[in-house]
Amino acid sequence: MKLSKNFTSPLAANNPVIVQILGICSALAVTVKLEPALVMGLSVMFVTAFSNLLMSLLRNGLPSRIRIIVQLVVIATLVIVVDQFLRAYMYDVSKQLSVYVGLIITNCIVMGRVEAFALGNKPWDSFVDGLANGLGYAFILVLVAFFRELFGSGELFGFDVLARFGYVNNSLMLFPPMALIIIGCIIWVHRSINKDLQEK
Amino acid sequence: MLNLFINSVFIENMVFAYFFGMCSYIAVSKSVKTALGLGAAVTFVEVMTVPLNYLLNQYVLAPNALAEGVDLSFLSFILFIAVIAAFVQLVEMIVEKFSPSLYNQLGIFLPLIAVNCAIMGGSLFMQQMVGTEINSVGDSIVYGLGSGIGWWLAIVMMAAIREKIEYSHVPAALKGPGIAFIITGLMGIAFMIFSGIQL
Repeated sequence: MKLSKNFTSPLAANNPVIVQILGICSALAVTVKLEPALVMGLSVMFVTAFSNLLMSLLRNGLPSRIRIIVQLVVIATLVIVVDQFLRAYMYDVSKQLSVYVGLIITNCIVMGRVEAFALGNKPWDSFVDGLANGLGYAFILVLVAFFRELFGSGELFGFDVLARFGYVNNSLMLFPPMALIIIGCIIWVHRSINKDLQEK
Repeated sequence: MLNLFINSVFIENMVFAYFFGMCSYIAVSKSVKTALGLGAAVTFVEVMTVPLNYLLNQYVLAPNALAEGVDLSFLSFILFIAVIAAFVQLVEMIVEKFSPSLYNQLGIFLPLIAVNCAIMGGSLFMQQMVGTEINSVGDSIVYGLGSGIGWWLAIVMMAAIREKIEYSHVPAALKGPGIAFIITGLMGIAFMIFSGIQL
């Protein structure tokens, strides 16, 4: 019961991106197309899940003074694994993601979940928590990328969708500022539904 | 060099073009005073870490730098973040020792700079630009300074706007982060007029 609640709450009610405003740093630039957004989301999911798992396994033997540096080393190692994997098997996508894969290290979601959850919970719970938070992040990323690719280039995953109905591409959607405005609108909709999140 | 500076402050602004450092940008831009302090700290750390990482990249990480046939570039993430974390720790200790009042003002933000994406992003972009725009330690200092000032400029402007917006009638659901994102987007569109400037 608790496990399923841990899993579902980061997806909507307590989403790391639109509620806690974490991890936007490296998020929005990869949302021009759906494919890199999806790959980025999966990479972050992998890193959050396994850094939570590893830190949770280490938590009892770890002096708290050196925990930040240990966290950074664990996270950086996982990110290097992801980066090397993408370069080996998905070279084109890894070129599009460029420096943003490296920036998963400084993604506040990863550090935040390790600090807030993994250091005080059992490994399996922490793994699920990391997975769910990564999934919540990936969901927002894919949502933003969906709107930007659909209206910016009239395609979804590279297939024509709107173009065949005579849609003229709005190339402003491909510029960085529109990602911010879209995420602002997502927050707007989300908070209109969840009234308890609204600020006084 | 001037071109590199203008480019990194206005055209490739860390916040508006790359979304770097958004977390602290949204969280700390509620008053101009703290925004100024954090911006100054970020600029300082950026000016120091980008050249340090440049030297690290040139003499250790780049292919054939350490020894013939050795390519350590896959280690760059972990070494860059180690340099940044160590440097932030150092700055924290120095500020605490010599200026306790500034230390109290910055508070929690100082250690958080280590995980500010603008800092890490600056170093990673610098690594990509080696051989094209950045060819010397001087260039890397200019780039670090430019990107730090760009971030500073963005957060101070944002804080000024948010102080004014307190008095406006914003829809309840948009208050706080929602409106902050939309304002940033509009500011980003305004900053797009700088694109294509060459000096």
